[in-house]
Amino acid sequence: MNLVAPPEPDTARLEQVWAVLDSVLDPEVPAVSVRDLGIVRDVVATGDGGIEIVLTPTYSGCPATEVIERDVLEAVHAAGLGPARVRLQRAPAWTTDWISEAGRQKMNAYGIAPPGPVLDQGESLVRVIPRLACPRCGSKRTERLSAFGSTACKALYRCIACQEPFEHFKPI
Amino acid sequence: MTASLILTLNPAVQYVLRLGDTCLIAGQRLAEWSGRGPVLEEDIALSNMALDLIGQARALLTHAGKLEGAGHDEDQLAFLRDERDFLNPTLVELPRGDFAITVLRNAILATFLKQLWIRLQGSSDSELAGIAGKAVKEARYHQQHAADWVARLGDGTDESRRRMERALRDLWLYVAELFDTDAVDEAAAASGLGPRWSDVQAAWTAEMDQILEGGKLSAPKTGAFRSDGKRGRHSEHMGYILAEMQHLQRSFPGGVW
Repeated sequence: MNLVAPPEPDTARLEQVWAVLDSVLDPEVPAVSVRDLGIVRDVVATGDGGIEIVLTPTYSGCPATEVIERDVLEAVHAAGLGPARVRLQRAPAWTTDWISEAGRQKMNAYGIAPPGPVLDQGESLVRVIPRLACPRCGSKRTERLSAFGSTACKALYRCIACQEPFEHFKPI
Repeated sequence: MTASLILTLNPAVQYVLRLGDTCLIAGQRLAEWSGRGPVLEEDIALSNMALDLIGQARALLTHAGKLEGAGHDEDQLAFLRDERDFLNPTLVELPRGDFAITVLRNAILATFLKQLWIRLQGSSDSELAGIAGKAVKEARYHQQHAADWVARLGDGTDESRRRMERALRDLWLYVAELFDTDAVDEAAAASGLGPRWSDVQAAWTAEMDQILEGGKLSAPKTGAFRSDGKRGRHSEHMGYILAEMQHLQRSFPGGVW
């Protein structure tokens, strides 16, 4: 006779993990949580009493990936929801279309112009660069200074109206 | 105990090492611009592209190690192989030269890798397909950046044009190697691992012609010279780049951050 009841799928615990992930911020864009960024693909119970958090990297060489992995595990364990582990999932590849609406607003308030939708431009070598609104003054009189900013995921812009430089999270 | 790895090669391992070493050595060369860029924005751009390439190399070398099955990880493969065991085409190991050499090589390479990644997304190897799905997006940005500069320098001042023409003449010698086909390619094509490198030549040529045209330049004729880095026969520059890249791990074996 088996006296140990089989473990129930603990949906409350999984929801708590999702809630904790709302508070784990991206180390490079600390206004936005890893959940807002859409890099948490899944949270599942592993059957041995643990939790597996499935993360997808943003860029191949993003140095924040390992920091995010560590921060996620620390937060989940600190909330008493462990044991937990992280699995990195490469496919399907992350896209900025997975950034939540709330994440986009937080990004803009932080001074980074959020990405527009990823346009299917085929393999045309002439890429359309949409005009951005300055996250500080809202003017659309802006210009791109460089396709690469302080991190691979951002480009550098400036606002001609208010003269302030700003960053843009590139659609990818 | 030997100081360098003894590899157990098969065509699949060689195919993935060629890709991984191409990204690694190109990334190492681009990273040399960190702190030396002509303007701050370009310093940052080149460093970011180096980071993408090294990230791609990490995934590819890790995967090559798994395919090899001898327990070699990405660091061992990067830092403990001898020159003849690196399988990148010679093009990527050439010195970074001036800015014209750098942006033209980036254009050649990003266009080439982009065309490979497009096809590798359908690889029978799901890990390689996953790496390609991520890398193709990065390569598009690299290609765009390089194409913008080829146009600006080629169609710029007399001096910038002179340098672009020189870069074109110097680098074009090494382009033919990208498209010759051998047993490694044939095995990859047969197993569905990936395209023969020669399979992307037509698409590469069409895009490169367009990029060069933007700078009012045209591709030189291909001569008889053939480099052979992807079979481990490198130029004299390879030893120096490895000396710099591997020095710490060779001096302090097993050292970690």
